[in-house]
Amino acid sequence: MTVYSQSGSLFPKAAVSTAQLSLRHISRVFPGRNSWADRLLRKTSADFVALSEISLDVTANTFVSIIGPSGCGKSTLLNIIGGLTEPSEGLVLINGQTIHGPGPDRGIVFQNYALMPWMTVAENIRFAVETVHPKLPLAEQKNTVQKYINLVGLRGAERKHPHELSGGMRQRVGLARALAIDPQILLMDEPFGALDALTRGFLQDEIERIWEQQRKTVILITHSIEEALLLSDRIVMMTRGPAAKIAQILEVPFPRPRHRDKISEHPAYRELKVEMERHLLRETRAVEESRIRASV
Amino acid sequence: MAHTPPQVPEQIASSWQRNSGQVKAWRPGVNQLALVCFILSLLVLLLAWELGARLGLFSQLMPPASQTAVAFWGWISNPFYDYGPNDKGIGWHLLVSLRRVLTGFTLGSLIAVPLGVLIGLSQVASKASDPYIQLLKPVSPLAWLPLGLGLLKSSESTALFVIAITSIWPTLISTKFGVSNVDSTYLDVARSLGASRWRTIWKVILPAAAPNIVSGLRISIGIAWLVIVAAEILVGGTGMGYFVWNEWNNLQITSIISAIIVIGLVGLLLDRLFGLLLYWVSFGRNP
Repeated sequence: MTVYSQSGSLFPKAAVSTAQLSLRHISRVFPGRNSWADRLLRKTSADFVALSEISLDVTANTFVSIIGPSGCGKSTLLNIIGGLTEPSEGLVLINGQTIHGPGPDRGIVFQNYALMPWMTVAENIRFAVETVHPKLPLAEQKNTVQKYINLVGLRGAERKHPHELSGGMRQRVGLARALAIDPQILLMDEPFGALDALTRGFLQDEIERIWEQQRKTVILITHSIEEALLLSDRIVMMTRGPAAKIAQILEVPFPRPRHRDKISEHPAYRELKVEMERHLLRETRAVEESRIRASV
Repeated sequence: MAHTPPQVPEQIASSWQRNSGQVKAWRPGVNQLALVCFILSLLVLLLAWELGARLGLFSQLMPPASQTAVAFWGWISNPFYDYGPNDKGIGWHLLVSLRRVLTGFTLGSLIAVPLGVLIGLSQVASKASDPYIQLLKPVSPLAWLPLGLGLLKSSESTALFVIAITSIWPTLISTKFGVSNVDSTYLDVARSLGASRWRTIWKVILPAAAPNIVSGLRISIGIAWLVIVAAEILVGGTGMGYFVWNEWNNLQITSIISAIIVIGLVGLLLDRLFGLLLYWVSFGRNP
């Protein structure tokens, strides 16, 4: 049996771990309105605790998915790891070093692609390469760009602008841009959320293929159980917000390279899937019920 | 592949069959219909004008449409003649007005765009400058004219000064809006890569705000073209405004109407040019 749960807060605070990425007691509070002016206008609101006491260790070259009911603060957590959002409390360590803000050691694939509309495919990727390695000779920059365009299968579309591409192709550019700076950790925030089911499946297979070539540490935010099972080594399940926590961490034992049709035959597949469905259903139901109660 | 027609009620089916038997019936589209309506209404208007003028329904001054058309053709078929300072072709006046508008517009834009970027980047600057913008924006550009004459002591510079002032506000406001409302995901991308402030401004914020900047320029040049005629009526000498006023003094209404049409066409052309530029910098976005 490979399913086990562990409480995140059991990690000792000062432990020196071999983990590449460590989250230590991360909390994120969105402050409410409570200044004297707000009080005067009776527009005060309470603080909103999005994340509470999240601790997690990720060893190098593992693929970790974070899954949870919608609105549980998954994206906030990813932004904290990416350095785009400051945690209210706690630390993010990469190779034992506390991070302050974003850096090229982490590549981010954004939910809505976030490609610059005025740049071509090649220019979008070169923008990243040139920003991170400004002194790299132009020829080498172009080589790198071409290498990653080929990797994600966009050869021939180099000179197209994003608005001329389909959603799936845009996210390939987003992926190539994140990979082109050769980050230690790849962060993906629901990268296939806006795509139709067929394209999503196709791109998931592509991610699996690319990951076999470049075994980077990946943190993937998703709400798809199948996606998490296909791609991850570990699945972090979060509770509902506010004050979302890590509920359980599942180990996914399927051998690699994985194939969509093959993994469902693995003996552990059903059990993992049922476990995740039960958790997500329970949390989502609780969210809905609290919303209904709040609206009455 | 077998194609099965959908089930349709008898009555509709029979009419459908009747139609499908014919060779593709021609049905006018929206554009064709609009063109026909336009031409018909134009003919009605011209006819009413012609008849009204001939029957003396309007003022004594009002020439009939046919006479105006002849005069219009006279002006535009020989636009560049020069029989002394009071008798020049309409082309010369047009060129002078265009030169003034473009010079003044360029001056104004050179102030408005950088200033708008600066204001857009800083919330403090934005809020601090807002009272000036709000106060000066609604002032008619012609109110600046006496001030310009007093300060610059030259009618030519005053015209440029007025056009420059006119061109500033729409561009400034639109640039400021564009720069301060850049999609935050673009900025996140730049930030996550560790782009410097300067690189972010140059490579991300300016291209992202470009559609807003060009929209501002487009409104500015439109207003500048409106204002130049009025300014030239007051300042005098040359230009389309002077031409209109001079022809009024000659009581040549046909010339005035000809000038109105020329001014309108040139304004349309300027607007279209900036519309094209807007399309160029938008890359599929809706500005």
